[in-house]
Amino acid sequence: MKILVLINNVPDTTTKIRFTGDNTAFDTTRVQWIINPWDELALTRSVELKEAGAVEQISVANVGAQITEPTLRKALAVGADDAIRIDAEPKDAFFVANQLAEVAKDYDIILAGIEASDYNGSAVGGMLAELLDFNSVSAVSGLNIENGELVINREIDGGSQVLSISTPVVLIVQKGIAKEPRIPAMRGIMMARKKPLNVVAPADADAKTTLVDFTLPPPKAACKMVDEENAKDLVALLHEEAKVL
Amino acid sequence: MNFEFTEEQLMIQQAARDYAQRELIQDVLERDEKAEFPTQHVKNLAELGFMGMMVDPDYDGGGMDTVSYILAMEELSKVDASISVIVSVNNSLVCYGLEKYGTEEQKQKYLKPLARGEIIGAFLLSEPEAGSDATHQHTRAEDKGDHYLLNGTKNWITSANSASVYLVAAQTHPDKKHHGINVFLVEKDSPGISLGPHEDKMGMRSSDTHSVMFSDVKVPKENRIGEDGFGFKFAMKTLEAGRMGIAAQALGIASGAYERALAYAKERKAFGTEIANHQVIAFKLADMAVKIENARNLCLKAAWLKDNDQSFSQASAMAKLYCADIAMEVTTEAVQIHGGYGYVREYHVERLMREAKLTQIYEGTSEVQKIVISRSILRD
Repeated sequence: MKILVLINNVPDTTTKIRFTGDNTAFDTTRVQWIINPWDELALTRSVELKEAGAVEQISVANVGAQITEPTLRKALAVGADDAIRIDAEPKDAFFVANQLAEVAKDYDIILAGIEASDYNGSAVGGMLAELLDFNSVSAVSGLNIENGELVINREIDGGSQVLSISTPVVLIVQKGIAKEPRIPAMRGIMMARKKPLNVVAPADADAKTTLVDFTLPPPKAACKMVDEENAKDLVALLHEEAKVL
Repeated sequence: MNFEFTEEQLMIQQAARDYAQRELIQDVLERDEKAEFPTQHVKNLAELGFMGMMVDPDYDGGGMDTVSYILAMEELSKVDASISVIVSVNNSLVCYGLEKYGTEEQKQKYLKPLARGEIIGAFLLSEPEAGSDATHQHTRAEDKGDHYLLNGTKNWITSANSASVYLVAAQTHPDKKHHGINVFLVEKDSPGISLGPHEDKMGMRSSDTHSVMFSDVKVPKENRIGEDGFGFKFAMKTLEAGRMGIAAQALGIASGAYERALAYAKERKAFGTEIANHQVIAFKLADMAVKIENARNLCLKAAWLKDNDQSFSQASAMAKLYCADIAMEVTTEAVQIHGGYGYVREYHVERLMREAKLTQIYEGTSEVQKIVISRSILRD
């Protein structure tokens, strides 16, 4: 069984978001890059499955410029066997899915995070499954491989669901797929540079969307205190200003 | 001159930070309260490779440089200095000394499991009447032909109960004074070894500190480190490296307290605004930040010298002296910024202040560092 984990290179979740170029570009100065948290959990589960002997090979792939290589090497340090970087600036989900489709054909299981902590696209996994004509399951919160068969858990409204599915498959994973992201051990960090990181030229693909501009959310307004004897004022504020009642 | 860290160094820093902020933080207050040894954390850190970070991979170590070690020590110490002293003693005293001066057989037998963190080590130099003055060792190691016989008492031994192997300094030739001292590898479960009670310390309460008594303890000849009489030099050389770990620990205690004070000052309001907007608090934060930056640079300079095979004795003493002193200053100010909240356990800064104090005392007091530094500058 071979797993490919899609790795998105995203700003650290505590990054202060700024835009440049008349609000058309994300300001990347002083940004610390990390593995998208959902992808990191997917990678962690893959490593656990490999340690349990259910998986032979784990590859990781991303679409990005050279700046994303430290993130891929972190994935190698955590336990992936090899990495693929498709050398292109990611334009939109359709563009990224088309690039990944070129390198993902030969894998049994493809794991994609349910969303990315930067643009919240939630689209690449599904598109990739369609482009490859693979099965696909979304919102996967558990993955086991028993005697070569995939057993999948999904959280659904009011309970959970267990599915079995044949490979090849794209699984779009969410929280729960692994308990906590794996911290790379010293040995893994040392070996990361020796593992292959293959740079692949991008395929011909167009973006389907064009960015017009970004807008920051309005700054948080000051807190208004209402005395407990004036409950009516609170109701009025919720109704007229917050418009939640 | 290059101030940039390598990708590996940053990865190690992040790994230490993740472990500290995710795992150590959860039970640090409870362990401090109960003075419990962090057995599971030590095991976890060993699996991650933090117990023998700098040891050559041929001896099952992580093969990392000293700069990485400083970064890791700072991150662990921001949250829990009891853990970081266990890590420091194992790495920069026991493993370092053994790797540099041990025989191949000693390394195969003891260094490998120490570097893997399967066992941990302790360094036994201080005595009830020989702390800063390590030349006057009262513990005796009598040469009995095919073995040595150890008698005496060692004091303030970090990890005394949890360690499986001790590096013990003892006097073999009293007439030769400190040139007669030897250091031996002694297994803790050797007959004739007994431990004093667990020391009830002010800080670093979950590291286990005891006195250790030796009564006719037989030590095989092959467990001596180096030539006969090499012990004092071994101890001093090892402490040169060891104090770098403690310097980084003190740095971490300071930066951990500073980060908490900074966050608190941005949230806590007084006189209608966040207290960080009051100049008296903002200036305190500025002073703390400058001290921490200086401290970090001294640590990294000493580590760089060691990594580049240059003399680091003076640099590591400067780092240890300065980091320990500013750890005390910064943690005291962090408590002050927190006001009453700073004086209760829940907010961590009082614990960091208690931990800071020990960094001015152990692995060479601040006064001993001044002896090392002044002798070095006067000699040059």
